[in-house]
Amino acid sequence: MAAKKLNIKDKYRLLTRDLDWDFSYEDPKKAFPYEEFEGIKITDWNKWEDPFRLTMDSYWKYQAEKEKKLYAILDAFSQNNGHLNVVDPRYVNAVKIFLTGVSPLEYQAYQGFAHVGRQFSGVGARVACQMQSLDELRHVQTQIHAMSHYNKFFDGFQEFSHMHDRVWYLSVPRSFFTDARSAGPFEFMIAIGFSFEYVLTNLLFVPFMSGAAHNGDMATVTFGFSAQSDEARHMTLGLEVIKFLLEQHEDNVPIVQKWIDKWFWRGTRLLTIVAMMMDYMLPNKVMSWKEAWEVYFEEAGGALFKDLARYGITMPKYADVIEKEKEHISHQAWWTFYTHGHAAGFHTWIPSDQELDWLSEKYPDTFDKYYRPMWELAKEQEAKGERFYTSGLPQLCQTCQIPMLFTEMDNPNQNSMRDTVFDGERYHFCSDGCCDIFKDEPEKYVQAWLPVHQIFQGNCGGPDVGDILSDYYRMNVGVDNMDIKDSPDEQRWNKWKGVA
Amino acid sequence: MSKVYIALQDNDESRYIVEAIEESNPDATVIHMPAMIRIEQENRLVIERKVVEEKMGRDWDVQELHINLITLGGNVDEDDDQFVLEWKQ
Repeated sequence: MAAKKLNIKDKYRLLTRDLDWDFSYEDPKKAFPYEEFEGIKITDWNKWEDPFRLTMDSYWKYQAEKEKKLYAILDAFSQNNGHLNVVDPRYVNAVKIFLTGVSPLEYQAYQGFAHVGRQFSGVGARVACQMQSLDELRHVQTQIHAMSHYNKFFDGFQEFSHMHDRVWYLSVPRSFFTDARSAGPFEFMIAIGFSFEYVLTNLLFVPFMSGAAHNGDMATVTFGFSAQSDEARHMTLGLEVIKFLLEQHEDNVPIVQKWIDKWFWRGTRLLTIVAMMMDYMLPNKVMSWKEAWEVYFEEAGGALFKDLARYGITMPKYADVIEKEKEHISHQAWWTFYTHGHAAGFHTWIPSDQELDWLSEKYPDTFDKYYRPMWELAKEQEAKGERFYTSGLPQLCQTCQIPMLFTEMDNPNQNSMRDTVFDGERYHFCSDGCCDIFKDEPEKYVQAWLPVHQIFQGNCGGPDVGDILSDYYRMNVGVDNMDIKDSPDEQRWNKWKGVA
Repeated sequence: MSKVYIALQDNDESRYIVEAIEESNPDATVIHMPAMIRIEQENRLVIERKVVEEKMGRDWDVQELHINLITLGGNVDEDDDQFVLEWKQ
């Protein structure tokens, strides 16, 4: 008699319950040594439910199908000189930021989920984390593969991995993940699984990838959406984790709330660079950062927090500040990169008049008042042959490691700075949010590897900034950096397109 | 009341899935964006295997949804016959 075909609920139950075993002669606390120190109380791992109920056979089947589709498109992209179809060579600089700043995070996520996928004693959570770990490894591989085509034709891609571990602005995403990975397994899940995956990656992979499609970049939109098809499962895991922790024990609620407060703040800081990519680096616009923020954070995040209110969870701390920031941060970040364009691994530029008008239209309350005059000044300076580059190195926030570029949200003419003393040393921050995070765990954040401090301490070569950029960062100075105007990237593009 | 949403890659398979979603959820809003289709509705959205199969003219496994899925918002519940997104507020 043929075996009855199992339905997905039965298959999933057999995988996540039947295959596990109890520890009869070893101490389970030794097998799962990180499960208790954070104070999280789990009374019954059997209550864990994965709503997708994905089993390994289905996982491999659908992942293989996704890979086949993706690689067919990447081959076609490469064989048909797909790089020539991007709308404008300026766009490719957003892809450079992606490869140096985001793809290595996929690798860190792979390492992080492999770790927690070993450390939870509940088998359902272990299976979900191991699948996510494999997904993240797939993401970094497909991204490197997709962008390797651009590396053949554009500058700034060649040392992405080396740069990720050293360059001043790349320490922002890098330290975000090392912070999460050096936390306990439950905090990692709230940091990456919930805060980052559930709300924040949407802003990177959905409107930005739609923007890549709109700018003729078939390779990026394809790997982006292929990654995002896994992301929907990751988001669901993030939501299940938080509901599970909150349902297991009431003592978990304040711990989880503290992590939510911390990681939403850390995440919004991290997304500053995505805000800038959307508003300034996509020549064909899909939506402004502010609009994307309203759809994916305020609307989607608002619905999520209303759903979690029944557990006593409230909106993240400083949500009121975050709401005001959507009007400002993309402009403040691009201005910082424009003025530090000699020290960036990609090209910067003044927005075109048409783009300035678009920004005025999208940011009616702030752009003309605070930011457009800066670009008008930059245009005057450039016309006189005095394109501005700052000669100083920026002060960095001890927590998020972003240069002190943010202003007070109620007074955008005033830089936002906070400081506190710990163990006789004074530490500096960009915001109350970052200062609070430090004060909660000062022993952790005093160890931060701050790129500018390291330069001044003589740990990054030198003595000149140029030496540090070329020898320590491995940037091709005068080629990878500076304004797009007259860059080798632009010169090659004009030659390909037959423009004088 | 909050909206649940799902976004799919804009391709030939998704077109039938979107048609099926519209049939199963007459009040859903369908938004076309570059390379993607976003569908949203207050509170609850359901994708029914039978309706998708009718539109596609072939067997369709609910888990095939993963191939064209971009993102979603809401609590997920999936079994052999349907995929549900819901806020329990």
